[in-house]
Amino acid sequence: MMARLLDGVAGRGLALLAGLLAVLLVVPWVANDYVLTVLIIVFYSAYTGQAWNVMMGFAGQLSLGHAIYVGLGAYAAAALYVHFGVAPWLGLAAAIAIAAACGAVIGFLAFRFGVGGVYFAILTIAFAEFARIGFDHFRWVGASSGFFLPVANYTRNDLWNLRGDPTMFYYVMLALTVVAFALCHVLLKSRVGYYWQAIREDEVAARSLGIDTFRYKMYAIVLSAGMTAVAGVFFAFYYNNLFPEQVFHISRSIELILGPIIGGIGTLFGPLVGALLLTGLSEAMQELLTALGLDVPGAKQVFYGLCLLVVVMALPGGVWPWLAGKLGVTGPRS
Amino acid sequence: MAAEIYLNVAVSGILTGLVYGLMAVGLSVIFGVVRVVNFAHGEMMTIAMYLAIVLFNGFGLDPLIMVVPLAAVLFALGYAMQAGIINPFITRPEHSQFILLVAIALVIVNVLLLIFGPDARNVQTPYSFDSFVVGPLIIDATKAYAGAATLAITAALFGFFRFAALGKAIRACADNYTGALVVGLNVKHLYALTFSLGAACVGAAGSMLVLLVDVTPALGPALTLLAFIIVITGGLGSMPGAVVGGVLIGVTEAMAGLFFTPSAKSMFSFALLVLVLLFRPQGILGKRLS
Repeated sequence: MMARLLDGVAGRGLALLAGLLAVLLVVPWVANDYVLTVLIIVFYSAYTGQAWNVMMGFAGQLSLGHAIYVGLGAYAAAALYVHFGVAPWLGLAAAIAIAAACGAVIGFLAFRFGVGGVYFAILTIAFAEFARIGFDHFRWVGASSGFFLPVANYTRNDLWNLRGDPTMFYYVMLALTVVAFALCHVLLKSRVGYYWQAIREDEVAARSLGIDTFRYKMYAIVLSAGMTAVAGVFFAFYYNNLFPEQVFHISRSIELILGPIIGGIGTLFGPLVGALLLTGLSEAMQELLTALGLDVPGAKQVFYGLCLLVVVMALPGGVWPWLAGKLGVTGPRS
Repeated sequence: MAAEIYLNVAVSGILTGLVYGLMAVGLSVIFGVVRVVNFAHGEMMTIAMYLAIVLFNGFGLDPLIMVVPLAAVLFALGYAMQAGIINPFITRPEHSQFILLVAIALVIVNVLLLIFGPDARNVQTPYSFDSFVVGPLIIDATKAYAGAATLAITAALFGFFRFAALGKAIRACADNYTGALVVGLNVKHLYALTFSLGAACVGAAGSMLVLLVDVTPALGPALTLLAFIIVITGGLGSMPGAVVGGVLIGVTEAMAGLFFTPSAKSMFSFALLVLVLLFRPQGILGKRLS
């Protein structure tokens, strides 16, 4: 396992990675809550981006409705906790199962009936929107007026029930990001990973070589949905409130995929780099506009959109392949 | 008595659906020729709607009179967008085009938010509350005018693509890109013209829709989604399909609002979309894509 994890990583890249991890581990001792909160958002988007990348970056299936898996995971664990007192780590299993089942249904319907490309992307939007409106009328979990987790005054961190201060959430999210990164690294070098890449490059050719493309596309969507649901559970217990209009909204799905696309689709570091860039950009913009006294609704998003335009026009392959070349660490596809 | 209510709601749904249909025709024309999915479609429509409101409040110009001028404004905007920004992306992968248009949409929504604020705006014309009584039917005059104008515009567009030399040239680009280049067509210019025509549909539809619904900056993404549902239901790339899809979605939403709760009406459109994608992925009037 360890050998497989380290397989094919350049020495210089490994040293950089170990240094980065060491720095991230000690950050909570020196940084304030603001920095921690921003880093939690970075890890959250890196993690969800990584999960989405399994489907699009590895297997070439464009999903524009990943908010549905975040939302199902969040609502499943939160409802079990609020209504039955089930701890989030147990609720996690239910969350993963529900989201994976939903992914399986969408995948089965789409791949069995030969829905692909733009049509598949719009099918995923349709399911997410369907869920959004459905949860808006789902009274058991608060419908459109929102679903709230009890926020008690805590004296110490309760990891089992995920109640605590930002430091605890920071380590939980960091751990999730590292695990997702390692999992994707192993997957990319495994038999399944090579099949996915074959399907991504040319599905007809992959099938003619004897790859059961339906089965491997199903693996991709189920795995991606399950991984995304884990982020949903974190979301529910970190923010303590869920509104269908926010959790399932198409803008959540878009935010989720901006990171890996900006960072570099199909690469391991892309989601990480993209999350760091976009969150940093968003926070810096906020600071700048506040300092200039231009902090009006919409101003930040306008600049954010313009930056996005510039990046996507200048670096069509994403930032990471370009950056990796500059740093001299690895080839473009790692 | 009950039957008359359903009939009235159905007619109202058909007329609103026609305006949605015109918006969707724009999306369909762009996809059918340029092969780019315009994720900023609804956002462009809100630009037209706000322009119509400014012209009405500032100069008292009726949105129905402004249909043609606003279509021309959006035509110019569409040409600039395609020739200036989108054209280099024609050969790039779908996800790359998607991010580009999402970025454009993001800028449009938030510039509108900066200028007009988040409040809903609408237009009250002297004929807002007029209606025609036809037998048992009571037809809202505004919707009747908008529906008729939509049919006229769509017919003109059909004629253009069927008979005009320029329309035929654009169809040639759609059928065979390389072939169009070989016979000496200026494909880049024709693509820009196509995008402009799609945008002009949106301009015309927007200046009519402003009479029917309130506009907020957040309406843009909702309209984009609606346009997708309509063109996929009707058949992506098919103009008659977009009109039929628009009417179908208009009636479905009106009926769902009557039978269930209005807030859940879009659910039925999405359910319809899922069914169409599964059992007839090319859409009701679409041709099978190879």
